[in-house]
Parts: sequence; C-alpha cells; structure tokens
Amino acid sequence: MTTDQHTVKAYDEELHFIGSRLAEMGGIAEKMLYDAIDALSRLDADLARRTIERDPKLDALQREIEEKAVLTIARRQPMAVDLRELVAAIHIASDLERVGDLCKNIAKRTTKISGDMRVPRTLVGLKHMADIAAIQLKNVLDAYAQKNVAAADEVWRRDADVDALEDSVFRDLLTFMMEDPRNISFCTHLLFCSKNIERIGDHATNIAETVHYLVTGEPLPVERPKGGSSGLESQAAAAK
Amino acid sequence: MSESATVLKPVESQPANRPSPSDIKLSIRNLNFYYGTTKALKNINLELETNKVTAFIGPSGCGKSTLLRILNRMYDLYPNQRAEGEVLLDGQNVLDPKLDINLLRARVGMVFQKPTPFPMTIYDNIAFGIRLYEKLPKSEMDGRVEAALRGAALWEEVKNKLNASGLSLSGGQQQRLCIARTVAIRPEVILFDEPCSALDPISTAKIEELIDELKTRYTIAIVTHNMQQAARCSDKTAFMYLGDLIEFDQTSKIFMSPEQKQTQDYITGRFG
Repeated sequence: MTTDQHTVKAYDEELHFIGSRLAEMGGIAEKMLYDAIDALSRLDADLARRTIERDPKLDALQREIEEKAVLTIARRQPMAVDLRELVAAIHIASDLERVGDLCKNIAKRTTKISGDMRVPRTLVGLKHMADIAAIQLKNVLDAYAQKNVAAADEVWRRDADVDALEDSVFRDLLTFMMEDPRNISFCTHLLFCSKNIERIGDHATNIAETVHYLVTGEPLPVERPKGGSSGLESQAAAAK
Repeated sequence: MSESATVLKPVESQPANRPSPSDIKLSIRNLNFYYGTTKALKNINLELETNKVTAFIGPSGCGKSTLLRILNRMYDLYPNQRAEGEVLLDGQNVLDPKLDINLLRARVGMVFQKPTPFPMTIYDNIAFGIRLYEKLPKSEMDGRVEAALRGAALWEEVKNKLNASGLSLSGGQQQRLCIARTVAIRPEVILFDEPCSALDPISTAKIEELIDELKTRYTIAIVTHNMQQAARCSDKTAFMYLGDLIEFDQTSKIFMSPEQKQTQDYITGRFG
C-alpha cells in the first residue's frame, strides 16, 4: 500500500526541484572553497577574481530555494519528513550561501595580498586547515545527498579539528608579525582568512546537525565533543 | 499488519510517557467490532486521557468513526453490529448490555459531521436535552441555557434571538448550537465526528478554539480527515488503517517524526 511517491505528483516535482537546486548550490560552494584556497595558496589574483564572480549565482539560488520552499509549505502544508525536508533545505541553503560569502572574502583578501606576500610559508598551515574544512564540506554534502546520518554525525564530531588548527595558525601568524612589522599587513589578512575557514567548518557542522534532524527527527545534543584525534588530517594529506 | 501489541511498542518502551491510571478517562481494551460478518476493528487497545484531546486519523474506511460510535454505544441503534472487548469509562465497561444507554450518552456526548439542530427555537434546542434528565424551574433553566451557549462561544451572537429557530443560524453557528446542546447535559466526554467538514475556515477556527477551551473541562475525542486540524487541536493522535491501530503517540511526534512508515506515508500524502 505504501509508495515513495506523493498522490499529488506536482508535490513530488516541487520537492525534487528544491533538492536539485540545493545540489547545485553545494557544487558551487565546494568549487568556490576549492578555488579560493587554491588562489590563496598560489597567490593567483585571476583565480581569486573568478571565484568572487561565482558568488551572485549562489545568492540567487539561495533566494530561489527559500521562495520555493515557503511556497510549498503554504501550498501543501507538509508533514513529518516532507516538512523536515523543506525546513532543512532552507537551513542548508542559508549555510551554503554563507560559505560562498566567506570564500568570496578569502578571494578578495587574496587579490589584496598577492603583490605583498613576504613569507609564503605562512600559507602552509592555512592551506592545511582549509583542506580539512573542504573535506568536511564535501562529506556533509554527501551525507545530505545520501541521507546518511552516521556520516553527518562524523562531520559534526570532527569540527573540533578545524578549531584546533585555527588556534595553531593564529599562533604562527602572531609569531611572524612579531618577527617583522612589515609582515603585519598580510598576516592580518591571513588571520581573517583563517577565521573565515573556521566559520566554513562551523557551517559544515550546522549542515551536519540539519541532516541528523532531517533523517531522524531528533536534534543532536547542544554540546559537541571537544578535541580528539580524528584522522581528518591524514585524509587531508591523502587528498593533496 | 502487525498486532496492536507490537504497534503500541513505542509507547510501552517509554514508561515515562504513560499516563497514570487516574488520568485515564476511557480505556479501550482488546476491542473488536463487526458489521455483520465483516470485522471493522481488530483488537484495538488505546487509552483516552482526562482533559486531553485525542485525535483519530486515517483514510476512509479505516474504522475511526466506527471506534468513536462505540464509545457511546451509538452502534446499538443498528442491527447486526457487534462489539467485543472492553471500553472502560472510569473503570466501568460501557459495552455491558445491562448499562443504561441514556445515562451513558449523558456522560459521553457526541457532535456529528453535519450540524443537526432540532426544528425548534434556539432556547429549546438546549433546554430539550436538559429536560430529558432534569426537572428545572424556569429561572434555573435560563441560567443553564445561557451557560451552555456561552460554553459553546455562541451566546453573544444569539442572546437577542433565543426564540428564533435553530435552523435560522449559519452552518458554523448551528454546529456550535449542537456543541452547546451537548455541553448543556454536563457530559464528561465529548466525541466529535468530523465536526468541521461542512464548515468554512472562520467557523472551523471558532470550533477549534472552542475545543481548546472545552478540554479544560471535558475529555475529548475527535475524528477528522483534516490532518492540520488534528495537528492543531489534539494532544495525542491515533493513526488507523483498515481496522488496525497503527500508531498512537503524542501529536507532535506523530506529525513531525512518526515511528511507522505507514503513518508517515499517510500524513505526508503518499497514499490514502
């Protein structure tokens, strides 16, 4: 007697439309993060500018998803998993839009420091941190696409790694600034980039929480486990 | 379909959610119901809590109205209909053939899908039921009629035309008149069988507001096809399918994350 199709076909089409737009957003956000980090680590101002140009598309998709989701709620009065799906879509679209903004900000800073970089090795720690954030984002988008709650929970647990690396990058940059005041300008930009990457990690964690709620109907606990070795660093090394 | 013992497992596995025996107004135990040889309800086990609204949802023919009609023995009016099991109202089995049905229906009132005012004045629509059970002097009767109309949120609209025919009222007002008529007899349980299906959205909102108000004094069971209504009005919801009780839980749980796939498929519009 049961089927995965709604009796009203148009309802399925609306949900499918929102799902496909969200997948498109995920793809763009991942690409922006990858390019922003690539541009920063190679100080490639052209690639940074191309990354900035992608952001309006992400903003437009977020607005479109939000409008369609609200319209579907008004029109269909969804219940249970459908309601959770639509609320999740609104949340995830908003998280991805913010990820895009943060990537854009990293790219803007890259265009500013590309002619001013004095100590390229300052970028090593940042690149490592960004690789881990990119894996977190990729893993959580896969978890969403597959409705895989275990994979989402894993992303949620591993955010502490990005936070720990941010501390380490902060200390490094502080040392470079103390060594030579001429480093302060670009190191300050890199501090902001590091903060942006840490926030991208937080958005990946938000999405993980949303996926957990979407699949199980239950929220994750408020407090995340702190610290601990996760193996994400070896994944990041393998991805290089 | 699994047996109800299995179906109720989510509730049984969380003893903290179980109401204490003193909070149970109606207890339905191992209830089976037959229309002739057709089994319409299969081993239903369910408890209605005092001062709570319990909603029954499910596709047409699932047995929800049948279940409601058993709670005040409405089925007795028809031949070849038979109930087995127990329905305990404060511990007393209402299926007991020796039970005074009139007294039972005074304790368990019912409001139907279509408003059914009597072809008499608004005042007499209310007083008629009271006169069946009590002999009251005029002044006291006036007070009872007013209290019942106030209780059904109709007094302000009809206080200046109590001698007009009940049939002159709008559909929504007629339904509230029927609720006032039910309330006037001072029942303990009120059964609503699709009370808003013939009403416009404003009248529906008024009835829902009223149900919310009435539950502070009565135990309420409501059958509805409108799932949003069940989600809005009720504390607990029972989902039924083909005579089985599939799932019974807190309303928020049923509509946000039901345990059973059949429940989810029904409430999300995937069948039925």
